Amino acid sequence: MHEMGIAMQVVEIAAASVPAHIQSPRVEQVNLKIGKLSSVVPDSLRFCFEVITKDTPLEGAVLNIEVAPVVARCRDCGVEWTIEDAVFRCKECSSGSVEVISGRELDIISIEIAD
Amino acid sequence: MIYETELPKTVASRSSGMICAGVSVFLFKTVKEENAMEVEIGRKVLETNDAHARQNRERFAAAGVFVLNMMSSPGSGKTTLLEKTLVRIMPEIRCGVIVGDICTTNDADRLARSGAPVTQVNTDAFGGDCHLAAHVIGRAADGFDLENLDLLIVENIGNLVCPAEFDIGENGRTVVLSVTEGEDKPAKYPHMFRKCDSAVLNKIDLLPYLDFDMAAAEGFIHQVHPDMPIFQLSAKTEAGMGPWLNWLTTQVAESRSAR
Repeated sequence: MHEMGIAMQVVEIAAASVPAHIQSPRVEQVNLKIGKLSSVVPDSLRFCFEVITKDTPLEGAVLNIEVAPVVARCRDCGVEWTIEDAVFRCKECSSGSVEVISGRELDIISIEIAD
Repeated sequence: MIYETELPKTVASRSSGMICAGVSVFLFKTVKEENAMEVEIGRKVLETNDAHARQNRERFAAAGVFVLNMMSSPGSGKTTLLEKTLVRIMPEIRCGVIVGDICTTNDADRLARSGAPVTQVNTDAFGGDCHLAAHVIGRAADGFDLENLDLLIVENIGNLVCPAEFDIGENGRTVVLSVTEGEDKPAKYPHMFRKCDSAVLNKIDLLPYLDFDMAAAEGFIHQVHPDMPIFQLSAKTEAGMGPWLNWLTTQVAESRSAR
């Protein structure tokens, strides 16, 4: 639902990152990292990206999305583990004091431009 | 070929085609285009919103106003809860409300009867957005005399997904779930229930007519967010309003004394 706004931000950042000296650049790949806990649907994002990149240097670029797992750390016993089914209680000591250390990412890592 | 730019980086290190960022190690892709130039970026996609949110937060802190972001699915009873809340805590606590909807000013009209200043944001002007972004809140806040407010409540757009993703510069977050919605919503929308600081279970006056399992609902909330305060209430009959109002007024008082 909010993927269009996110796609627009991706395009804005990617376009601004193309080195100025490149004549008529063509971006071939855009590499993103998206955490499982961020509410982004990759297919929706790809669709929005395709729509808004028409007639821009990003037209036809492939959106590579690396999905980052939700990793938590227990503040009480220090154990780290990957959360699969939205249970945010320590798997070892059942503490509720749990810190999410990965899984909220919504980052643009890099772009690849045709030489 | 790697082209280094002057942009801030979050990528930790790079070695032979692999990026190590935080805890995950991954290959960018298996086949690299011949003659492609890679430009490292390492920026947050929502950095513009985050920057607006930071500005909002500084502005609210300078004015000494506590901002509550209230979120829920459509029809959970946020507006009724706010109507009843405003009546009980004003004028001791000076309140303002920003209310977001895709269309209509119906909610603002209802809330304005409390005497609190109310600004309606309709996101159809921004493409029918499903959430309130930080710059929209910044603009809406221009219409308030923030110095003379203790509490600014943002009634976000009814949606359990997108509003959780957008920081608006708030100081506290509450999610409202009504007992007509199903006990397992917290497990289905974990991001929202993780992000919020308290949960309201609304419409408890309907419990005799429903198969809603209150213990299961609280169990799902605490599975996603252990120890989160939960307030069972009926905004309509005003049963159970006390603990919710205590929590809210304590948040405002604590933020006031922290200054």
